[in-house]
Amino acid sequence: MRKIAIYGKGGIGKSTTTQNTVAGLVKMGKNVLVVGCDPKADSTRLLLGGLAQKTVLDTLREEGEDVEIDDVIKRGYGDVRCVESGGPEPGVGCAGRGIITSINLLEQLGAWDAKYETDYTFYDVLGDVVCGGFAMPIRDGKAEEIYIVVSGEMMAMYAANNICKGIKKYAQAGTVRLGGLICNSRKVDNEQEMIEQLAAKLGTQMIHFVPRDNMVQQAEINRKTVIEFAPEHPQAAEYAALAAKIDANEMFIIPNPLEIEELEKLLIDFGIAN
Amino acid sequence: MIINDPEKDQEIQANVRTVPGIITQRGCTYAGCRGVVLGPTRDILQIVHGPIGCSFYAWLTRRNQSAPAEGEGNFIPYSFSTDMQDENIVFGGEVKLKEAMREAFEMFSPKAIAIFSTCPVGLIGDDVHAVAREMKEELGINCFGFSCEGYRGVSQSAGHHIANNQIFKHVLGTDNPTRKGKFQVNLLGEYNIGGDAFEIERLFEEAGITLISSFSGNSTVESMAYAHIADLNMVMCHRSINYIAEMMEVKYGIPWIKVNFVGAKSAAKSLKKIAEYFGDAELTAKVDAIVEREMAKSEAVREAVKAKVEGKVAMMFVGGSRAHHYQDLFEELGIHVVSAGYEFAHRDDYEGRKVIPDIKIDADTRNIEELEVEKTEDAELWREDLVAKKAALEETGYTFADYEGMMPQMKKNSLVIDDINHWETEKLIEFYKPDVFCAGIKEKYVVQKFGIPLKQLHNYDAGGPYTCFEGAINFYYEMQRMLDTKIWKLVDAPWKSEPEIVGSMTIEA
Repeated sequence: MRKIAIYGKGGIGKSTTTQNTVAGLVKMGKNVLVVGCDPKADSTRLLLGGLAQKTVLDTLREEGEDVEIDDVIKRGYGDVRCVESGGPEPGVGCAGRGIITSINLLEQLGAWDAKYETDYTFYDVLGDVVCGGFAMPIRDGKAEEIYIVVSGEMMAMYAANNICKGIKKYAQAGTVRLGGLICNSRKVDNEQEMIEQLAAKLGTQMIHFVPRDNMVQQAEINRKTVIEFAPEHPQAAEYAALAAKIDANEMFIIPNPLEIEELEKLLIDFGIAN
Repeated sequence: MIINDPEKDQEIQANVRTVPGIITQRGCTYAGCRGVVLGPTRDILQIVHGPIGCSFYAWLTRRNQSAPAEGEGNFIPYSFSTDMQDENIVFGGEVKLKEAMREAFEMFSPKAIAIFSTCPVGLIGDDVHAVAREMKEELGINCFGFSCEGYRGVSQSAGHHIANNQIFKHVLGTDNPTRKGKFQVNLLGEYNIGGDAFEIERLFEEAGITLISSFSGNSTVESMAYAHIADLNMVMCHRSINYIAEMMEVKYGIPWIKVNFVGAKSAAKSLKKIAEYFGDAELTAKVDAIVEREMAKSEAVREAVKAKVEGKVAMMFVGGSRAHHYQDLFEELGIHVVSAGYEFAHRDDYEGRKVIPDIKIDADTRNIEELEVEKTEDAELWREDLVAKKAALEETGYTFADYEGMMPQMKKNSLVIDDINHWETEKLIEFYKPDVFCAGIKEKYVVQKFGIPLKQLHNYDAGGPYTCFEGAINFYYEMQRMLDTKIWKLVDAPWKSEPEIVGSMTIEA
């Protein structure tokens, strides 16, 4: 089984990219488990056709100790298994600790039992690696491959670089590795070249360049992935390509995060100065 | 660490972070706030917001005694906790805290509820102050919270300051009764461990001195609320409570003096200093009579015991004032204190208040709120009479608001160490070979294994009281018991003669 975590700056399109990629893998015949690690619990909306999921932490609160695996895992598009770990309302408690509790519980409930023949687990993680709890999927070998969703915008690249620092820290002590950057285009000048260059400097690859297309929005409004909503659309082919590349990926590295000056130089050389 | 010279101004490093990895004597901010300062107050229902371990260790550990009137509430024997679980960490603990407060209110109908924050509360951001405000409204009693998370300061000293601030903000001055006596005083920094405060109270009563409130030995929240009607504040433990004394002087004009009731001579001096402040002939005569009578009793015991223990060697590493106060008792017995130090004191407790302007305020200190106190606008509460009294007495050489610190009283070439660690403790015991070592429960057994008696000065184990004259007599006898015996020299660690564990290697093919 491959265990993958998707990180990236808030609002960059992690959940959308994850779910479309998962849809692509499902079409290739893969058996996938998606674990949403965002207190908003919206990481599996497109696969489930709406926010119908009861979260692990809510279930734990309501049911006490009598939690069954079927209470928290729901089948979605192409039989993909979906879990939302959930968490507190904004500004209260500790969402990071919630993720730790939730993943531990899933393990104890046997979410990864052999009978499920899971090919892939995807962890869709909220925003940046802000504290220990949000690093949970990359600790202790919970996730072994990380893909960072990024665009050519300064702050997205800055966040990607920061996430690499977190990966490096845990990679040196464990099994986690960076699998590549996924560029979710914002139509910034020279975006592809710039992200390719950033990837090279980090010691990794830009695994795929996902162009910007309004079809993604349309599919989202209809609570579907592009692959399900418009399978013939060119954007569906892009996600299928990304899924295929991840499936074939063999490049797993410990990243070398950039100094801030180096990162800014990259932007000047490729972006705004040109 | 300083080799003391009382003739010189020497600067010691104190109130700075303990080096990680060394075994320190210090406690945490929560311990200083919940355990030390508020712990002795009997009728504030004190809820610890956090996991159960922190609550358990705040439960009756310091032997603070209290004497409630018949039918009056006394929560000291209880331990109240929100018993936070994983779920409360994830989703926040405010709801559970409110439920705990309602439950406690229904069961005990206390006059006030205080909330103490443990480490996780600060990490997850539960707003205990907002909860306190809301519950104050709902329950109709005084509720207040303390952001005294254990990690907030370099030692328990931060917790003392936080406790002082909140008591000053939420309790002191909330009630305005009429006068209760001719000579009204507050006693600050006396926590009634082993009944220490009872000894002092007994003599006050006999002399006709009215103790308005004590912070916080044998105290009630009610008396704290009107403590500002006092004519004089007396500070016993300078480190833990000088903040309230200072703030009360700024706000109400009540002067403060440093006192010490540990040691017969010191107690006599402190009582006379109070009489001198009030300048009343009748009071002075009463105090003189008490001192003469009590001194005669304690002197007889002192002389008998001194003959047996004179010339012995003591070391003392404890507290933020005890390592100083108890030197008076040892001096009275002719026992040499060769080395002493505090766990959580600041430079002024060693070198005297004169160094306060020179103390560097570091980031750890800035982490604790410094209240901006202003003179009260209520003309009836402002004590212009006391301000004038203070000025007149100062003319005659009477000292207010001063503490000379420990170092000027210690002998030349004695060793002063702040925040001593375990390794230093062991090495210095080997070096000085003291006859008695004074510290707390954490050091007790290590010292005893050296064949040296340890006098616990945190909660005295089963002993005490040691204040005033009766207390001094208790202490003299305690020292006789510990020092006029060969028993400690006769016991030897069993592992010195035969090994505790015998091991052998068995390899089976």
